[in-house]
Amino acid sequence: MHEMSLTEGIIRVLEEQAEAQGFAKVKAVWVEIGDLSTVDADALAFCFEAVRNGSPVAAEARMEIIRLPGQAWCMDCSRPVTVKQRIDACPLCGGESLQVTGGDEMRIKELEVE
Amino acid sequence: MCTVCGCGEGHAHTHDHDHGHDHTHPPGHDHGPFHDHDHEHEHEAGALHYGKGPAGAHVPGLSQARMVKIEQDILGYNNRYADQNRAAFAAKGLLALNLVSSPGSGKTTLLCRTATDLKERLPVAVIEGDQQTSFDADRIRATGVPALQVNTGKGCHLDAHMIGHAMESLELADEGVLFIENVGNLVCPAGFDLGEAAKVVILSVTEGEDKPLKYPDMFAAARLMILNKVDLLPHLSFDVEHCVAFARKVNPAIELIKLSATSGEGLEDWYSWIDARRQDALKSRVVALEAQLAAARKSLEG
Repeated sequence: MHEMSLTEGIIRVLEEQAEAQGFAKVKAVWVEIGDLSTVDADALAFCFEAVRNGSPVAAEARMEIIRLPGQAWCMDCSRPVTVKQRIDACPLCGGESLQVTGGDEMRIKELEVE
Repeated sequence: MCTVCGCGEGHAHTHDHDHGHDHTHPPGHDHGPFHDHDHEHEHEAGALHYGKGPAGAHVPGLSQARMVKIEQDILGYNNRYADQNRAAFAAKGLLALNLVSSPGSGKTTLLCRTATDLKERLPVAVIEGDQQTSFDADRIRATGVPALQVNTGKGCHLDAHMIGHAMESLELADEGVLFIENVGNLVCPAGFDLGEAAKVVILSVTEGEDKPLKYPDMFAAARLMILNKVDLLPHLSFDVEHCVAFARKVNPAIELIKLSATSGEGLEDWYSWIDARRQDALKSRVVALEAQLAAARKSLEG
């Protein structure tokens, strides 16, 4: 359940930002999660609901998850492709040598605050 | 507050959403909260302005709310500590390796054997991560090598902050090797950079050969895969070729060493690999020291 420590990391960022930028509450947080990241988006949302109450800044925050597709470079057919998971074969040529080039993001993108 | 805590790097800027363009920063782009842009929208860090109109496209009609674009990596907090650790390793010319695997793959046995074989020719230290008990650190210390146990309690992985603290308590000789034995878990430690030079994933042939496909994140994050307990292969139906093909499917660049910590087979390959990585660490140290020297010379001249 490393989603729990990731969630605590998100709340820490919200609290740091609240102090640095002088807002009291976060109403919503937009989080980008790549399909190839090491986090399960549903588990993250679940943990966030469990943990946010402990933080005055985040207690009322809603988490919006933006999914980003997995991107890879097929070394067999030399083309960029979109994949759902790391073990996928190339959807164009069926090759199995894919180098992941994107979609492993775990990023807090934007906040709605007041 | 501890000496490794207290980094308060803020990366943020605010902007109203009534302008017609969007901009993003590439990952890793780093700047403090008070920087200036020449965009036409407002950046006012440290100030809260109510009533400046709708918050923007995401939430039309909310007059008291505003949008704050922050673009921070969720693991940013861990990564800052990892960078500090990496700098500390580089300054000492220390090679740090993060050993990850399922429970029972033979990490500790391999480390005991490695510590015993290497300690005569180079300084070795070990950080042992487990949820509970100091059994593993006790086993390492019995080889005569300094070891520190980190118990994560309920935690499923070591993080960079724990390693920073561990380094305060552990005597680390310059130009040595620090082995970090992570919590036995093929899932969670994959995402947590500890500042190590490389992750080494250990898979034993008594496990399933399909583990690289079942736990792809870890095999994608590792530079080297060690296939351990190969002395048992004659008694098992483990298909080495399949296993390696699975690992290369998730990580085409992954390196492979087959060994047995018990029989000693393949250990020389492992030690050669460590020596090669250590050369890299020493080169990094030379670069860091030369930069330091150049800075000192400049101060002297200036």
